[in-house]
Amino acid sequence: MGSRWTWRLLALPGVVWLSVFFLLAFYAVVAVAFGNQNTLSEPVPFWNPLDWNVGYMLATLENIWHGEQFLTVFVRTFVFVGLSLALSLAIGYPVAYFAARRAGRRRGLVLLLLIVPFWINYLMRMLAWINLLSPDGLGTRMLSAIGIERLFISVNLLASRGGWLEGQPFTVIMALTYGYLPFLILPLYAALDRIDQRQIEAARDLGASPAGAFLRVTLPLSRPGIVAGLVLIALPMSGDYYTPDLVSSSTQTSMIGNQIDQLTRQGSEKVTGASLTLLLAFVLLGLMFYYLRATRSADDRGDA
Amino acid sequence: MSRLRNPWGKPRFLVLVTVVYILWSLLPVAIAILFAFNNGRSRTTWQGFSTRWFTGQSGSVLHDPALQGSLRHTLFLGVVCVLVATPLGVALALGLQRWRGPGGGTINTVMLLPLVTPEIVMGVALLLLFLKVLPGIGLGSTAQAIGQVTFTLSYVVVIVRARLVSIGRDYEEAAADLGAPPHDQLLRVVLPLLAPAIIASAAVVFAISLDDFVVTQYLSGDASTTTVSMLLYASARAAPTPALNALATIALLITLATLGLAYLVYRRFASGDDTAAMVGVEV
Repeated sequence: MGSRWTWRLLALPGVVWLSVFFLLAFYAVVAVAFGNQNTLSEPVPFWNPLDWNVGYMLATLENIWHGEQFLTVFVRTFVFVGLSLALSLAIGYPVAYFAARRAGRRRGLVLLLLIVPFWINYLMRMLAWINLLSPDGLGTRMLSAIGIERLFISVNLLASRGGWLEGQPFTVIMALTYGYLPFLILPLYAALDRIDQRQIEAARDLGASPAGAFLRVTLPLSRPGIVAGLVLIALPMSGDYYTPDLVSSSTQTSMIGNQIDQLTRQGSEKVTGASLTLLLAFVLLGLMFYYLRATRSADDRGDA
Repeated sequence: MSRLRNPWGKPRFLVLVTVVYILWSLLPVAIAILFAFNNGRSRTTWQGFSTRWFTGQSGSVLHDPALQGSLRHTLFLGVVCVLVATPLGVALALGLQRWRGPGGGTINTVMLLPLVTPEIVMGVALLLLFLKVLPGIGLGSTAQAIGQVTFTLSYVVVIVRARLVSIGRDYEEAAADLGAPPHDQLLRVVLPLLAPAIIASAAVVFAISLDDFVVTQYLSGDASTTTVSMLLYASARAAPTPALNALATIALLITLATLGLAYLVYRRFASGDDTAAMVGVEV
């Protein structure tokens, strides 16, 4: 129906929108990062690549190379994100496995309960924990009553009584896990749900133990879902600044997102902020395209 | 002789982990909602049931200008975002689906990128765009709405395209055989068939807009452009009363009601199609 131009015309407004507000916006980061700043330390973007000034980017890279502030923050971000991913998988995989393969008649209810957190405002979910973990909060009192508080202080995971929200890396890692886990469980559920029960039964019939069938059939078949799900939550986690801000508000737990936020939105060193943003995007670019390719090939197989 | 054993055993461990996880994920929020109804200033000690933080004479969501203003602005942005992103996304989905010739693949990739770009990168990018390229627009409501449309657009395209694939081209070819001109095929055949997907994507856009934080914060101007999420961020640690919990509760109810309603409408119009499940799983 219609000529090919009808369809192009329909796509045009969306294409223009994305060109200006996504592509051009991203180029603005590049132009500012390779630009200059005036005497009021306002950024002066250089739009022509021939004029680019690499000074600020070099200074940022040198800061990292010499192991200064930016390196500390980058390394801390990767450690926090890595530990949160590991925790998320350890909790999320059994839950998704149960929901997809063993929940029986309760499957619909379990799935609904797993989807609900997905649609609760992230900030509200953090607010809930801040209420609980404030010095006189219900959670703090409970953790103290059952001896967890003393245990954590003795192994140095907590600095002081009732100080769960005072710059504790442990709290930040738990908060990140709590915040992003729902987004991991759903892709895991989809991957586990797709596995053909007969393949697992075949393994059992051929003499595999339940554990053997799991390790050699179920786990490998769910691997694409594991990787896609981990990538999906690693991306926003790596750029998070509000979680550490809310549950720690200490520079001791600053992540790369906090550094960027401080330099760009709050501060006046937007040129350095832009070069850090560009570095972060560069580091994450591989993951972004990996995820897009993985989901697209799943689409092409028709089993997305 | 013992009874025949279920060869798969009872998943006691899995049940335990799942129950504990669900309690861990939902109980804190349930407690936060409960304390929105506390008849006192504490968010940790229960002092009796009351709706004073919703409608009371002082400091309630209804009467505190900052709380009420943030809710109003959040809903305003949500409505604008739905009104712009939905038609834009539907048109883009239709255009991309039937795109012949070069360029389609590139546009497709660019269209999907906002879904995977960390929000802080988009926040910084749009902030610099409005400061350096479009100072005429500047920061504030317009910039916030534009920012939200930019990344909700992709959700609309993904949902609508899934439906386009599932309905196929038979109906519009039949309409063409019966002599319907191209614009009639589009308006009287394709769009009505797309209605469930359009409703679903409008609901998803509204819910995402309501819950958005990073881009909205980066593009905010003065205090009048504060949203519920921004207020939660700014006062979660300092908030003196459960009014903040009440505000978050109202926003949550609006989000869940929107999605629930859209789901029911969707089920009514698109039976035998699994896009509804996808809205939950893929988005």
